[in-house]
Amino acid sequence: MNMINVKINNRQVSVPEGTSILNAAKKTGVTIPNLCYHPDQEVKANCRVCVVEVEGARTLQASCATECKEGMIIRTNTNRVRNARKTVIELLLANHDMNCTACKKNNNCSLQEIAANIGVRESRFTNVVRNQEIDTSSPAIERNQNKCIKCGRCIQMCAEVQGLSILDYIGRSDDVEVKPAYGWYLGDVACVACGQCSVVCPVAAITEKEDIEEVWEAINNPAKTVIVQTAPAVRVSLGEEFGMEPGEIVTGKMVASLRTLGFDSVFDTDFTADLTIIEEGHELLQRIKEGGTLPMLTSCSPGWINFIEQYYPELLPHLSTCKSPQQMFGALAKGYYAGKIGKKPEDIFSVSIMPCTAKKFEADRDEMKVDGKNADVDVVLTTRELGKMLKQAGVDFNKLEEEDYDAPFGLSTGAGVIFGATGGVMEAALRTVYEVVTGETLESLDFNMVRGLEGIKEAEVDLAGTIVKVAVAHSLSNARKVMELIKSGKAEYAFIEIMCCPGGCIGGGGQPLGGTDELRLKRIDAIYRADKGLPLRKSHENPAVKQLYDEFLEKPLGEKSHHLLHTHYKNRKK
Amino acid sequence: MSNDTLSKKLLTSRFGKIKADSIDDYVSTGGYSVFKKALSMSGDDIISEIKTSGLKGRGGAGFPTGLKMDSVKQAEGTPKYIICNADEGEPGNFKDRLLMENDPHQIIEGMIISAFATGTNHGYIFIRGEYIKSIRTIEIALEQARVKGYLGDNILDTGFDFDIVVHTGGGSYVCGEEFALLVSIEGKSGRATYKPPFPTTCGLYNKPTQINNVETFCNIPHIMDMGGEEFSKIGTDSSKGTKLVCLSGNVVKPGLYEVPLGTTIRSIIDDLGGGVPNNREIKMVQLGGASGPVIPKSMLDLKLCVKEMNGNDLSFGSGAIIVMDERIRVLDILKRIIEFFRHESCGKCTPCREGLTQMLILLNRFIEGTATKQDLALLDVLIETMGQASICGLGQAAPTAIKKVLKYFPEEFEGRIHSMDSVTV
Amino acid sequence: MQVKEALLKYGSTPDKLIGAMLGYQRNTPCNYLSEDDIREFAKETGLPLSRVHSVASFYSLLSTKPRGKYIIQVCYDVPCYVNDSVNVVKDLENKLRTTMGHTTDDGMFTLEYSSCLGCCDKAPVMQIGDKLYGNLNSEKISEILSAYRRNKNE
Repeated sequence: MNMINVKINNRQVSVPEGTSILNAAKKTGVTIPNLCYHPDQEVKANCRVCVVEVEGARTLQASCATECKEGMIIRTNTNRVRNARKTVIELLLANHDMNCTACKKNNNCSLQEIAANIGVRESRFTNVVRNQEIDTSSPAIERNQNKCIKCGRCIQMCAEVQGLSILDYIGRSDDVEVKPAYGWYLGDVACVACGQCSVVCPVAAITEKEDIEEVWEAINNPAKTVIVQTAPAVRVSLGEEFGMEPGEIVTGKMVASLRTLGFDSVFDTDFTADLTIIEEGHELLQRIKEGGTLPMLTSCSPGWINFIEQYYPELLPHLSTCKSPQQMFGALAKGYYAGKIGKKPEDIFSVSIMPCTAKKFEADRDEMKVDGKNADVDVVLTTRELGKMLKQAGVDFNKLEEEDYDAPFGLSTGAGVIFGATGGVMEAALRTVYEVVTGETLESLDFNMVRGLEGIKEAEVDLAGTIVKVAVAHSLSNARKVMELIKSGKAEYAFIEIMCCPGGCIGGGGQPLGGTDELRLKRIDAIYRADKGLPLRKSHENPAVKQLYDEFLEKPLGEKSHHLLHTHYKNRKK
Repeated sequence: MSNDTLSKKLLTSRFGKIKADSIDDYVSTGGYSVFKKALSMSGDDIISEIKTSGLKGRGGAGFPTGLKMDSVKQAEGTPKYIICNADEGEPGNFKDRLLMENDPHQIIEGMIISAFATGTNHGYIFIRGEYIKSIRTIEIALEQARVKGYLGDNILDTGFDFDIVVHTGGGSYVCGEEFALLVSIEGKSGRATYKPPFPTTCGLYNKPTQINNVETFCNIPHIMDMGGEEFSKIGTDSSKGTKLVCLSGNVVKPGLYEVPLGTTIRSIIDDLGGGVPNNREIKMVQLGGASGPVIPKSMLDLKLCVKEMNGNDLSFGSGAIIVMDERIRVLDILKRIIEFFRHESCGKCTPCREGLTQMLILLNRFIEGTATKQDLALLDVLIETMGQASICGLGQAAPTAIKKVLKYFPEEFEGRIHSMDSVTV
Repeated sequence: MQVKEALLKYGSTPDKLIGAMLGYQRNTPCNYLSEDDIREFAKETGLPLSRVHSVASFYSLLSTKPRGKYIIQVCYDVPCYVNDSVNVVKDLENKLRTTMGHTTDDGMFTLEYSSCLGCCDKAPVMQIGDKLYGNLNSEKISEILSAYRRNKNE
């Protein structure tokens, strides 16, 4: 690897060939402000905030787009640079709804942060923002045109990672807008509500829908028993909302914080993740034995369900009929737990904390109402919303003592927690299916070939002499590839796990902002550490799950299971 | 000075003398004989001839053509591309349209020679969508050239394959900018992108690409015919050859004139253009087009020559000369210019997209007489920022006219600052 | 002409999109690309709908809104401006009883501002379809409009 020597602000620094000035400056301890730059995306260089002086160049150069060349002399803070940068920020603010105090991203906005850091005290320009109506048509995401800085990060995310291209630039010049075609509402186009756009938006142009107030209402309503479930991915990321390093496992603090907010019982989605494995594992084996539709596809990712219903409805029979762990929990909460504690289902207010924005859509589906009237999961809060709610309550997250979940839905295994990472559902399923079929104990519980960020992963498992091929895909552009494989008859797999979001749920649309592979890898690492740290690591060994079957469900795929834990899908092709 | 000594017909020598849709007319006046000669030369020798000629790009940027061709020849990566930029959208310019409509084969011959020299097999002519007649004329000419075996596989049994495809622009001035042009050829919106790398090493589909203006390619056959040395005797030290000048605005005889580089602006306006109608005085002249500088009449003795222009912090760009007489209101003209750029900006980068809107707001204040001293300072800030931080030439050059008016006609702005002290009775 | 035909004629690969849309639009009665057209282009080229619409919305010659049979593009840039293009606009608006950016009631003409049409030596200039008209004055404009009206009635 060739090393290049450059001078930045009079300091010599050596960097690998191909390094941008932006990244080289980091090595010298200088972060050049930037807005449109994203480490995992193609360089756009349109915001022009990161411009610097390069000796010999007539104009200022974008540091994100300029590669270091041997002997380059760079200055990042001359008056020429500072004036240009300030003016660029002021120009952005002049076409921006500048009411920060009332903004959803107040204190969490890159534009605000840069303006504050570089000392912008006013925008000297005339404000020309066009005051457009906010698009609230999607159940999960909100679009506010008056905040958009046209950086294009959302466009790239939706086009390259998710392969959907819902958003694009419309028009030219100062009429340019980032919207779905024809400026249609998000709720009217084939958006899957995955929220990946909101994870990379540096301002408040795209944000998650906020449902915090509804939860406060319920908690303050003495007539309601308010219970909460927490997804596996939340416990390895919630800490980031409070300044912790990505990849810190904060399960105990998370439980304690929820109790502080006033939830009556704090349960764990990992419990129903274990339950899902039992149901889905048996469903897979039944299909293999009875010649059912194969490959079978997992069904716990609602963004993925939105995708297959809208884009490949002809392949719906491949989906497992199992509900997601969130919805299995909701069904049990209203259809079983209520009775167990002597309450009516409508007295239970069921909240879930999810890394996912599409879960808001899932909870609202007509099929997710066991009594036909009331939603099984009343409100879904994303990880980001929980962070906000805790701040609203003045909870000092870092100082909390660790606490444990409540019974009966607080006990889970390592197989449940790995649902949060891409490949986790597959690995959890294999841990159980292997032992059920072969009657033998697995030597090693780690199926490494299904772990990691590669787009489509494959594995082969020897189940008592039969070689079973499985595959794992994450992000919808890879899901599409798998769909095309199945359509062409070339998918020789028995079972495929598909996650809508890059990295799996830890990369979900409701997670702490950033959306970089660096963040995803740290959270994935935490998921597998959490798995290793649990005493039980196979779903079928979960005593609470066993008890549920003994006391209530009777058997996997039985009548009660079908009524509460399974669902059907709709052709929603647009 | 008589018109005969002033103008020099090289590129326009066939205008009016041949039928544009007749390849036989072109051939009978010596056309395609040069390229046949060139096919027996080496690429390096051809490029050497172009370098000796001193030919610089005629689209406005003025980059040495020989150097550009050399870069493409040396660059790694195949296939290579050659693109003729016929997206003539700069207000005041019509030379490329007239070249295409009157002598299309001249362009094709120039492209074939260049492609041969650089080892390129794929060519494009990017013609703006509004130029429907040009598109038709060029397409007919290309087909004629193919029939004669001057384009296609194994041209004249030399083993050299080369063909040209016409790409139609969708109506966007910014697509005349190299990078927006490349993106448009790929079928996308013409949003400029950052550089480096430059098209010569990383152009169309990331392959080495030579992009040159119509007029530039038209010079190639003449250079190869007379020799680079002879060509370099026309013009000045820093500007060799002839220039097609588009004269328009308030003149008696607007039109296309071909003059040796080094001719003064005044002689073009007075001797060729017949001066200003009704003997009016010239207020200001814009050089190159909307993105060019404006100069007062006191500077009209400047020569169309890179050295002299640069020495005065000016540029003649693509060679258009727009004459404006004393009746015009300078700020109205500036408003027209900025509105043009606002309409044509691709909207990708902040300084250009937001800057042009803000510039218009400020200009309107000066026009209405409500501007303050702060507005003048803010105008300076905008000019500086756009010039320094825009991604491409459109944003960088858009404030040129305003900048020059502030320098040469400061009273137009200072005289319209609303003074809190002034009392109107 | 159908969208499929246009793509067959001009090419259906992504790089041929602009040319194909221009060619197709020229043959529509209202000189524009309807939502169905845009969807069809997306389907046949395999490009996302948002991208096809984005390209159509970027280029001045493409329209996603219905227009008149004849598009009158009036050049408003400096060489035409200093040669009275303001009066060309006023004259056209008067005679056609509509304003710039709009279509006449009978759907015949749409008036549009245009960037420089490359005919500055004959300023002021307008283009109708593929014909350029220069050295305009009120009389000439009347003649030109009548000729187009006669054309329609024949």
